[in-house]
Parts: sequence; C-alpha cells; structure tokens
Amino acid sequence: MKLWHHYHTPSSIDEALALLDHYGGQARVIAGGTDLLVDLRAEEGEPFPALVDITAIPELTIIETRNNQIIIGAGVTHNQIVRSPLLAANATCLVESCGVVGGPQVRNVGTLGGNVAHALPAGDGTTSLVALDAEAEIILNGERRWVPILEMYQGPGQSLINSTHDLLLRFRFAPSGKGEATAFKRIMRPQGVALPILGCAVWLRLDGATIVESRVCIAPAGPTPLRVGEVEAFLNGQPASERTIHQTAELGQKVLHPRTSKYRATADYRREMIGVLLRRTLTLAVQRAQTGAAVPEGVGM
Amino acid sequence: MMATINITVNGQQIEREVDESRTLAQFLRNDLGLTGTKIGCEEAECGICTVLVDGVPVDSCVYPVLKAQGKSIKSVEGLAEGETLHPIQSSFIEHGAVQCGYCTPGLMMTATALLNENPDPSEQDIKVALKDTYCRCTGYASVIRAIQSAGRELRGETPLPVNDPAVSEPMHVISRSVPPQEVRAKVTGQAKYTDDITFPGMLYARTLRSRYPHAKILSISTEKAKALPGVQAVLTHADVPGENLHGLVYRDWPVLCDTVVRYMGDAVAIVAADTEDLAAEALKLIEVEYEPLPVVADPQYAHTAEAPVLHPEHPTGNLLKHIKVRHGDIEAGFAQADVIIEREYHTPTTEHAFLEPECAIGVPAGYPDHDKLTVYVGSQIPYQDRNQLGLALGVPEESVRVIGTLIGGGFGGKEDIAGQIHVAMLANATGRPVKMLYTRQESLVFHPKRHATTIRMKTGATRDGKLIAVQAELYGDAGAYASLSDKVLTRATTHATGPYAVPNAKIDCFAMYTNNVPSGAFRGFGVTQSAFAVEQNMDLLAAELGIDPVQFRLINAQKVGVTTATGQLLRESVGLIETIEDAWKDMQAHHNGDGFRWAWRDGHKAYGWGIACAYKNTGLGGGAPDKSEAEIEAFEDGTVEVRTAAADMGQGLAHVVAQCAAEELKLPYEKVRVLLCDTDLTPNGGPTTASRQTFVTGNAARLAAVALRDALTQSAAEMMDVPPQTIRYEEGLLRSNGHQVEMGRLVHWMKSHGLTSRVRHEYYAPKTQPLGSGGDMHFAFSYATQSALVEVDMETGEVHVLKIVSSTDIGRAINPLMLQGQIEGGIVMALGHCLTEAYIIEDGVPWSRLLARYKMPSIKHAPEIVSHLVEHRSEAGPYGAKGVGEIPSINTTPAICNAITNATGVRIYATPVDQDALLLAIKNGQTELHTAWQHVR
Repeated sequence: MKLWHHYHTPSSIDEALALLDHYGGQARVIAGGTDLLVDLRAEEGEPFPALVDITAIPELTIIETRNNQIIIGAGVTHNQIVRSPLLAANATCLVESCGVVGGPQVRNVGTLGGNVAHALPAGDGTTSLVALDAEAEIILNGERRWVPILEMYQGPGQSLINSTHDLLLRFRFAPSGKGEATAFKRIMRPQGVALPILGCAVWLRLDGATIVESRVCIAPAGPTPLRVGEVEAFLNGQPASERTIHQTAELGQKVLHPRTSKYRATADYRREMIGVLLRRTLTLAVQRAQTGAAVPEGVGM
Repeated sequence: MMATINITVNGQQIEREVDESRTLAQFLRNDLGLTGTKIGCEEAECGICTVLVDGVPVDSCVYPVLKAQGKSIKSVEGLAEGETLHPIQSSFIEHGAVQCGYCTPGLMMTATALLNENPDPSEQDIKVALKDTYCRCTGYASVIRAIQSAGRELRGETPLPVNDPAVSEPMHVISRSVPPQEVRAKVTGQAKYTDDITFPGMLYARTLRSRYPHAKILSISTEKAKALPGVQAVLTHADVPGENLHGLVYRDWPVLCDTVVRYMGDAVAIVAADTEDLAAEALKLIEVEYEPLPVVADPQYAHTAEAPVLHPEHPTGNLLKHIKVRHGDIEAGFAQADVIIEREYHTPTTEHAFLEPECAIGVPAGYPDHDKLTVYVGSQIPYQDRNQLGLALGVPEESVRVIGTLIGGGFGGKEDIAGQIHVAMLANATGRPVKMLYTRQESLVFHPKRHATTIRMKTGATRDGKLIAVQAELYGDAGAYASLSDKVLTRATTHATGPYAVPNAKIDCFAMYTNNVPSGAFRGFGVTQSAFAVEQNMDLLAAELGIDPVQFRLINAQKVGVTTATGQLLRESVGLIETIEDAWKDMQAHHNGDGFRWAWRDGHKAYGWGIACAYKNTGLGGGAPDKSEAEIEAFEDGTVEVRTAAADMGQGLAHVVAQCAAEELKLPYEKVRVLLCDTDLTPNGGPTTASRQTFVTGNAARLAAVALRDALTQSAAEMMDVPPQTIRYEEGLLRSNGHQVEMGRLVHWMKSHGLTSRVRHEYYAPKTQPLGSGGDMHFAFSYATQSALVEVDMETGEVHVLKIVSSTDIGRAINPLMLQGQIEGGIVMALGHCLTEAYIIEDGVPWSRLLARYKMPSIKHAPEIVSHLVEHRSEAGPYGAKGVGEIPSINTTPAICNAITNATGVRIYATPVDQDALLLAIKNGQTELHTAWQHVR
C-alpha cells in the first residue's frame, strides 16, 4: 500500500515553508514518521500527496545550551535525547520518558517533535516536557514564536499547529539547577496496547529539607496533558519526607478522576497507579535533588 | 514520481532513479533484489525488517527511501565478507539460534549494531537492544547466547560453549547437534521464501474480503475494476471452474463466496494486476451489495435454538461436532470422592503470528520451465493443497504441481488453504505468473486461529490423594468454517484428564460454528486449553487434600500399565514421573539449600513457584492411517538425496530426515541433501501436524535408507566379490576384509550395470483406533513437566516470569540442540498465551486487525529456561524418538498461573492475565480472577 506520492527533504526552514506553500495544504510535515505512517497504514487511508521531511534541516537536529536554556530541535530523535549526557544530568525525566518510547528502531527515527505534534494526551515525551515547563518554538500562520508546551495541545490528537502549513521548530526549558531534580515513570501493560496506562513526571526544587517548588504531570488525566495544581500546591513548603510523599499520593488519587479506557485500564486501576507513580517518582526526585546525582532509570525497557 | 537517490548499500555506492513512494525495505527488495531483508508487518512492530542506516538500526518497512539519501545502509547481505561469515552469523548457526530463519536477518542486524557499540553486552543490554525485534520460533535463549558468543569472538576471546543438552547413547549422527539444513542461506540472506521469488511478467494479486461478519451477498459488480488499466483479471465465485468449496476435514469453505459471507476474512473477489498498487486500487472499484445478517458471536449462544444456523447443510446445525469421552462409571466415581473441585475456565482465541505472512505464486502451464500449472507456497500440507486445487479447478490433481518453498514459521497456521487456489485461478485466467502476498493485517483477519474455549471441569479425588473422577464440558469456538476443529477439539477432549490415571471420566465437548474467525490447528492442538483447566484443578485439589502439588502429581502420574480415559493401555515410553522428579530437583536447587518455598515476599514483590504436567499424542491417531513416504537416491559424487513432501517450517524436519539417512548409511551428515515438498519430485510425507513428522517421516527416511543400504550392499558384494554380510559402512566407504569401495564409485558401477541407486519407502505408523472404540487411540505420547517462578509487583499487579524449569520425555533427541530450541520456543510462545496474547473479536469484527494490537512475547519477556530431556524410547519411533513440536507449549500457562496463585493468593481462571484486575483482586482480598485483558472495557 502506497503511503505517499512525493517525498521532500528540505535543508532549511525556508525551503520547508516554501514546499508547504507550494502544495497549498496538500503536503504534510513529517519527522520520523513512526507514528504518522503507521497510523495511515492502520487506517488504510489515502496516500499523502506529499511529505516534507524536516529531519534534514540542521538547526532542527541540535541539542544545546544557550542563554542558560536547553534547546532541543524538533527533529532530534528519541535516542539522541537518551544518549545526551547534558540531558541525563539536567532533564533526567525527559531521558527516562524518551527512553521508553517504542523500541530501539523506533527511537532511532521517531522524534520528540513528532511526539508533541501528534498531540496525544499521554505521549511519554510530552509528560516530561510539561514537568520541565518547556516552551515550543513554532511557526504558526507564518509567525515565529515561543508558546508554553501545554498550549500546543488543543484536544486529543489535536495540535495548535496545522502540519500542512505550520512548523514545530524547537523546545526550550531551564536545566536542573541546584536542589532541583526530575523523574519520570509509567505503567504499561504487556498486551496489545501501545499507549501507557499512566505516565507521571515530576520536577521539584528543595531548599534544605523542604520542597519549595514542584511541577507534576500525570497523563492521561484528561483530553490534553495537564499539571496537577492541587498536588503541586500541597507539595510546596512541605518537608521532603516519606510522609509528605505518602500524603501527596493520596491527594493525587483524590483530585484526579481517571477514566476507564477499553483494553487499556479501568478507572479503579488508574487511581491505584496514580498513587504508585506519585510515590515512586517523588521518592526518586527527592533522592536526586538531595544527592545532586541523577542516573536515568528504566531506559530501554 | 521518480527521484534520484545517492546511497551506499553494503559498501557499494549507488546512484539511480527511484520511486519516491518507496520505503527503504521496498527499495532493497524490489529495486536492488536484496531479499534478505524481510517484511513482517509494515507497522514498525516486529522489527524483522531491521537494517542499519549509518550504523543505526531502523525499521526499513516504514523508513522512506529518500530519508536515506546520502546515507550508508547495511543489510544482512553485507555481513559476510566473501565466503567468511561474520561472527554473528556463525554464532547464530553454532548456538542453534536459527529455526524458520525469517526473523534471523533482523535479529542479526539489530545485534550487530549493539555489538559494534558494546562488544561485551550483558543479557540486559541484549534485551534492551532487541526488545522490538521479534522471533516466534526460538524463545530467544539461543539468540542471547549467540550474541554474547559473537561478542567474545569480536573481542578476540574464545566463543561461548554451546549449551548442548545431555542425551544418552549418541550414535553416528543421531543424537548429535548437527546444524540444520539451509542454515547458511538463512544467515546470509540468500534463503528464498515465497515472496522472495519473482518471475518475468509476473502479476500481483489481492483479495477482496467481506465487509461484514455475516451477510447475504445481493450482487457483485466487477466492471469498474476490470476497466482499470493494468488490471488483468477480476474473478468471483462464477469463475470457480470446479467445486467452490475447500476444507481439510469438512469441505464447507467457499473458494469465493457466492450467496453469503460468514466472517470478515471471507474472500468475495480476487484481482490480478500489473502492480501491487493497481491491484489494491482495483479492490476499491469492486461493488458488492450486502444484506447484513444477525451475527453469531458466541459458541454457547450458537448452541441455542434462536441462533441463526450458519451452515444449513450441516446435519447438526451450528453444532459442528459433539465429542465424547466415556470411561468407567462417572457417578460411582464421584460417589467415592472425598474432595471434589469444580471450576470454569476461559481461554481466548490466539494468533500464530508466524513472521512470514501467507504468500503463494501461481505459474500457468506452458510458462517457461513449467509444463504444469504450478503453485509455489510455504504450506504445511503440499499434497492436500494439490488435492484441493484439483477439486476447485475441476482438473485431475496430478495436472497440478505444488512446490513448497521455505516457510517463515507455521505453528499450525499454514495447514488450511490461503491463496493457493486463488493464484492458480488467476494464473489460468491471465496466462501469466501471479503472486498473492497477504499483508500482515489481512493475515490477522483471514487465517484460522487457536480455539477460544470455555471449560467447566469437575475433578474428584480420594483422601489418600488419588484421582477418582473427571467430568468436563468444553465449548470450543470453531468460527465460520470447520478447518481442523473436529480434530483439535477431539484432542482437547481426550486429553482432558491430564496425564494422570483417572478411572472414571465423562467429557463432552461442543465444537460450535460462529461468525468469528475460523479456528484450526495451532501448536498444542486443543490440549493447551484443557491443560489450563486440568492443571489448576490439580493444584486446587492438592490444597484441599493438604498434599504437596508435586507429590499429588507423582501419585497420579501416568506410567506403564495405566489405561487412559480413552481406553488405551500404556505399554511403553511413559517418562512422566522422571520429568516431575527433574523439575522438582531443579526447583529445590534454585534455593541453594536454604529450603524450598512455594512462595515468599520481598518488599512489594511477591514470588511464587508453580508446577504443571502435560502429555501430547504423536501422530494423527484415532484410526486415521498415518503414513509417510520418502525416496532416497545415492549419486556418483558420493552424496545422497532424501526426498519427501513433509514441511519444514523451522521446526527442523529437514535435518531430522538427513540425520536418519546419514545414520543408516554411516555417511557424514554433510553428504546428505534433502529435497522437500515438490509434488512432482517428492513422495507424500503427509501433513506437518500432530508432532508427527520426526516419527513418521523420520521413519520413512530411515527405512528408505535401510533399503538403499541393502541394495548398495548387494552390489558392493558383487563388485568386490565378498559375502554381503561382511560389508561395513564407514564414512562414505563400504569395506570388507581389506577391500573397500567409495559409495560414489559403487553407484557408478551400479549404473553401468543397469542397477538403480534410488529407492522409495512407504512407512505406516502403528495402527490406531477411533475414539470410543477403547483401543489404542495413539501410537505414542510425549510427556513433560514444567515449573515456573514468577515475580508479581503487589503495587501494580505486573507479572514477570523469572524462570522456567522444564523436563520433557521425547523418547530420543535426534538433534539435541535444535530439539532444545523447540522446547524453548514452545515455552515462550505459551508464556505469551498466558501473559500477553488474546485475539479480540467484537461481535464478529476483529479488533486485533493490527500486529500492534497483538503482542507476542519479546526478548524482554524471555525467562531463564532450564530444560532437561528424558528419553524413554518409543519402540516404533525412529531410534526411539517421539514428537516434540507441541508438548512444550501445553503446560507453561498453567505452571505460570499456579505460580501466580502461590505468590498472590489469587487464582487465574481466564487468560491473558490482566494486571489491572489482578491488582484490584489483591487489594480487595478476592481469591478468584475470572476476567482477562479482553474484559477491560
């Protein structure tokens, strides 16, 4: 089954925009294609008239630090993220989440940008980007600007950008500073469901033995990714103790209302997992913040 | 549209015009003819299409070729340097990591990328790297060892020793781990499976399948499709020249549906066109008007009066067959029982997921080198294919030739007709060769699966631990067509006492037609299902009686002198007790003298052991004549060739027959060639099913070799003028008292004297009796015990199998290493049935229409496997061998479930185990779990 007719690999952003313009809505941006092409085949849809592959644009394939911000190009693959020592130390949760997407072959081709543009409410990379309070740089209706990551999500599978004429360029976020740490964990099932039952990423800052600031993302917990405000509000100012973590887990179970999704999880099970994941990620993040050492866990499994 | 690509492939720089819409896999296979890269799913799921792009493994099936612009590609063809194999290739051969060979290129490419980066990978490193590169045959243990061994070689260290199992009385070639046939072609990418074969002028075919699980066909219009330029033929039921039905036991399955469709995989029309894309395009232009009918989705509903009757011509309506086992006096039996356990179990439909989707090529008579209509197909039953082709085409079957190609896995799923008749019809209609390759998604919807069952099982025992009565009722979902349901569910029924002495039994099984995908043969053949119920009832009874589960099984184990529930007196080769003792010894050894425990806790992890036994017949049994024929010919170059139409789908029949021939002629193994599955060149070996080929075709090859040896001896005696009884065979020489002649020279002498060096032997296995007659229903049984060690995360319900201990009585291991591969592969397949696999159908519509929705176990699920062989010789088996193909897949699931119960206190009555429900049961203090993954909704 043919999946596309024309395939372009522009080497600059301008060239990519010109191609999209040329096809007048008939061309679609593609990065790794590991979701896009597989979905098209699954739905037995009509071939794309043209695909514009943005992964050959040098500035979209860079991981770097600039003005004390970490920048990741939209064409960076999951495995480039997993292998980056910069990110392991400064965005541990992102390495952990990108390290469990698909299998090695998919991670070698699939990109974080594609993950976000796909706008699934429980994309593993997204969950971590939310906890990192990342921003995305986009070209939306011809205008280049930075938007908060959450703004990229308009609904399940619905992105702020239209991939037949807009571009997602880069992500940026602050590296982990002193006393700051992150962690990501998820629960899968071994049967034929590609999406996680639940994923959880946390970011927190300790001042001595006190949690002074936190960001928590649990997904899926709604049609788009979201921060769990009540949990964050509770955490801030609490001692970084087992008791706090335990209370947070219970609070998370109270304030979130997960639903049952067919062949994936029951609401009751998800509620249990909210507690488990909050306990596990917070324990890990506190440990990391206290020791200043962060070794990503669970990558590749 | 065409574009220019600059690319390096296996070191060679290539610049050429390429179709922009090509994937890298298509480019390699179709444009460059590098067919070593296989396509398994086109969903980025199975990983067998893996190639390296700038050293990095990618799924080439979803990788646009233009993405590879300017890059360097390495495929399996680039691994060897000239004749010298890469260490990963030689290591895969050496460690027995190649069975069907279809996933082998993908595994090796992924492994190569790992070794390039990390030449000393741990088992965990290998599991991470190969997590999404699937193998359905090996169970991964040999793969892991092969990769580690290759790493050592690359580091300049000595390779790992081969994990060759211990066997008794190895002979000249028998009971020695010689490499399988064609293994070098499989590791170099040169092996040709059906889709790797092309002919000049070949057309591409597709099948239009039903839009509904049950509907009347009101009209079919093919005019628009026929008018599409490039379309060469569009055929419907009106074009079937012979009988528009096929089927292995009951002929109830339309070649092309005429008035009614009974499941979503039903074929309504077929198309042949110049390209695959055109054929797909043409399907969309065929107009079919349907009137949807009520769907029979459940076997128990199918048995009710209100259910629509799906096959009105079948005398018992939706009841395909009622199968009965009656033994002793069931009421008296239960009256004597001190303890009775009665429970209901559910097993789902499961999918073979052989990595090579179905493919067939039809070549018309008169095409160069083809004087007959010829069908190339990787089939488990070539002669029955020919028979069915003849009937459907309305021609004598001898006018058709079926040539078996290499098979990329079968497991029972390649016994029924798939595209064989369709390509033959299209080849006849167009006068050109026609290839029909099913997509993975089509394969999932079309081919017969493992029967879903509901099993109500009541087991009684006396206080002293003796089984006294078994009563069971089974409902099996046969699906839309009979396929092998009769036979499969008979096996489920006759084996429903388990491998135990049970004096009273009453077992009823109802095989029901429904509008679900048909069910047919699948490794374990019904016995996997009944064992799930039997072995858990055994643990329940043992607990009730306060007897250790191992002891309870030992008390009741079948042994010589026991009469089975079908009335068969077991006279020999019953090694069950030894297998239980083996497993028990290893379970204890695992605890290093700390004292064995069935269960323990460590933090939030719970651990448990579980044990289960199994038995499985070898051969067709039930009174069916079970025969195989083999031909053997000696040549002047000192080689011999064995010919038989018996399929090797990776299980290794080819090396078994070669070993039998080499043994009898005392030839080096390398001097024996094997030609399989050509109905014009090889005699009928019968179906590859029922774990029968080693026994039946092994014997045919052995006895053909004995007959050839007699002929050679006579001639040598004449030639050397010595008494025939003095002649000895040694490594290709015939010797007698200081005289000797090379076998090749002897053959030359025979030919010049008008003597033939070719003989055939028709082997009939010992006669069996039909079910109900009380005689020997089978001529041999294999036995096995397995124990599983599981870890359950008590916070999440996640289950991991850490270890499987297995002991199997196979009579004799003809090829110990490859036989061990059968055991390891069977165990991991069954582990999948227990933990990951269910083929979900919603009111007749398959939800599991994508491989992404049907996860078989990956390498990350592979447990440590310790396997022992028990060799209680079967007198009539070749050198004492019995079947092994199926038995390893039978008791793994109940062993794991018993272990989960011991670890968590929750018993599993439905598979695959649902961590969601398991956790909630643990939290709520429930002890029974009756729902599985497919019930989460």
